[in-house]
Amino acid sequence: MEWQFFTEVLVGGLLSGVMYSLVAIGFVLIYKTSGVLNFAQGALLLFAALTFVSLTERGLPVWAAILLTLAAMTGIGAMIERAVLRPLVNQPPITLFMATLGVSYVVEGAAQLLWGTQVHGLDLGIDDLPLEIGGVLVSSFDLFAAAVAGAMVAALTLFFRYTRIGLGFRAVADDQLAALAVGLSLDRIWTAVWTAAGMVALVAGLLWGARLGVQFSLSLVVLKALPVLVLGGFDSIAGAIVGGLIVGAVEKLAEVYVGPFVGGGIEGWIAYVAALGFLLIRPSGLFGAKLVERV
Amino acid sequence: MPRPNSRTLSVKAALLGALLGTAALLPGAAQADEQYFPLQSYRVGPYAAGGTGFFGGFIDYLTLVNNRDGGVNGVKLTWDECETQYEVERGVECYKRQKNRPGVAAWNPLSVGIAYAMIDDVGRDRVPLITVNHGRTDSTDGRVFKYVFPLLLNPYSESSGIVNYIGAREGGLETLKGKKIVVLYHGSPYGKETIPIYQLLAEKYGFSVEQVEVPHPGNEQQSQWLSIRRTKPDYVVLRGWGVMNPVALKTAQKVGFPADRIIGNVWSNSEEDVIPAGDAAKGYTAITTQASGAEYPVLQEITKTVYGAGKGNLDDKKRIGSVYHNLGIVNGILNVEAVRIAQEKFGKRTLTGDEVRWGFEHLRLDPKRVEALGAKGLFHSINVSVANHEGEGRVTFQQWDGAKWKVVSDWIAPDWALLRPIIERSSLAYAAEHGIQVRDPAAEEASN
Repeated sequence: MEWQFFTEVLVGGLLSGVMYSLVAIGFVLIYKTSGVLNFAQGALLLFAALTFVSLTERGLPVWAAILLTLAAMTGIGAMIERAVLRPLVNQPPITLFMATLGVSYVVEGAAQLLWGTQVHGLDLGIDDLPLEIGGVLVSSFDLFAAAVAGAMVAALTLFFRYTRIGLGFRAVADDQLAALAVGLSLDRIWTAVWTAAGMVALVAGLLWGARLGVQFSLSLVVLKALPVLVLGGFDSIAGAIVGGLIVGAVEKLAEVYVGPFVGGGIEGWIAYVAALGFLLIRPSGLFGAKLVERV
Repeated sequence: MPRPNSRTLSVKAALLGALLGTAALLPGAAQADEQYFPLQSYRVGPYAAGGTGFFGGFIDYLTLVNNRDGGVNGVKLTWDECETQYEVERGVECYKRQKNRPGVAAWNPLSVGIAYAMIDDVGRDRVPLITVNHGRTDSTDGRVFKYVFPLLLNPYSESSGIVNYIGAREGGLETLKGKKIVVLYHGSPYGKETIPIYQLLAEKYGFSVEQVEVPHPGNEQQSQWLSIRRTKPDYVVLRGWGVMNPVALKTAQKVGFPADRIIGNVWSNSEEDVIPAGDAAKGYTAITTQASGAEYPVLQEITKTVYGAGKGNLDDKKRIGSVYHNLGIVNGILNVEAVRIAQEKFGKRTLTGDEVRWGFEHLRLDPKRVEALGAKGLFHSINVSVANHEGEGRVTFQQWDGAKWKVVSDWIAPDWALLRPIIERSSLAYAAEHGIQVRDPAAEEASN
């Protein structure tokens, strides 16, 4: 039945959108506190997934592989912050963006150098079989991913609201000079932010890795996160989630219902069309902070 | 004009001396009685898994010939690698750099984009360009594309081979009437190349075909597979590349489409395509020109003598006998035999590219010769001529059982008679557009 099919496409799109949000959250964390659009987030995701799967293939138990990968991601995050971004402090945003673009190539190369170029399967023990809910087929794996994303957003919200370092993040995001004036250590906070982004990259890397296989193209999932950020705002975790849902739904519905009239294959760019349209109406995104400058 | 002083001259002489000395010390530099294979390989980047397997197999075979036979009739085989990361501009740079070495036998980029970019150059430089299992279909017509060889299989033959296999599986080509086939293709010129051929085959055999595009890179296919499920096809042909393949298999499972009704094309047939899909790939079948596995005598020899001596090219020995590795080995056999055949005519020495081209145009390896080369069962045969640069390669089909590929068909011949007029129409149009004089195969064969 048509409505049933429509619902399946819509639900599938929303669940795919959650996967995009997972990547987008990593961008938001860095942007929120340091104003840097970290293009290396995709490469970090690849590095995390490749490290995890390579360690488990070498016989390490899952918990140890997760801990070691987390340690590696923390190390990389701290290194990027110290070696690349700190020396570039006060440089124009485009310089910082280009620096992270360079970092993404370095991280991708390092991942392949360290762990090889082979493609790996990643089984998280979650069956990806279709579940029938009210006559609509839904992927059990996508539901699991949505639950993980929900848990991660809840954890990040609690972290930002109730922990000392989380409040420090927010203070730095609001006003760096004021944060310095009250004695917050920017270095410590930025290192912690990069560590948090590394953790998000690990979670996203594992879920995307289980979906695509752990391979180089994992780093390309950043392309899915960009329209999400434009829609939701670069500095809002809630925006990343809502933006992801909108992008996922628009992509799938457009591919199925508009695609056949224009030759198909439109979902790669239709999300950008939606994002561009949105940009014209609301440049800071749905939930992004409006930039007010005194001139 | 200022005259160079003696000091400038002595510095120049020293630099020149150092340069010549370095060149002489370079490993693999082609000298007398050496035949050089420039390899535009890709060992890093998104397609490194395929690149390391293919170029690893190619190098392993060249190493075997050098170690076992001392080269081809005493002519040592040399090579060097230039990293392209599968990028066209890097591939062209490598071409410009590597072509200056003496004794270039043939180019083997294993990249449609790089091959397209080199077509004019190889014609000018008179060196063959090998595009095993890929490349532009109309380059099969050697009357127009003198230096280009899509050996074993071009995209049109691949499509015909797949339809022939589906027909055989259903109990005969006549049973295809009324059947429904979906072709899920990569959103690129490569993916789109076979659209008219599937239409033609559908008209000929009476099945309906729906062709669905997946945008590059193909890491999201939910909407395509939901549409496919609604269409309820009898088969889905997967014409994918890279990450698109495992995602297709996983998404098919997600929407409940059975894997054993999905038939993969030649760039969807490797371990790298199925392993990431896990259980979703069990039962999936794909076309190939070369069987996988390490049980063939030539593979056994490579394992024993090349890897046994620590000279194997693959880092991971478990990949010996994988699809890309075996394709590299078969490609090595075809290149080496072309050199051997050309030597019979031109002498046992370093050949020019044009002489090796002649060798490729007379590359006729029947099943008996294939067996003598230790490759019986690995690939069937090849029969290249001036007019037919593909060489009537046969295809077979392998099914993934969750751990390895298993051959599930005989060697199948595509419908070349159906395809040839379309190929000629395209190649003659190319000749007219580029002012190319169409060769006369009969006259050339007579003059040989």
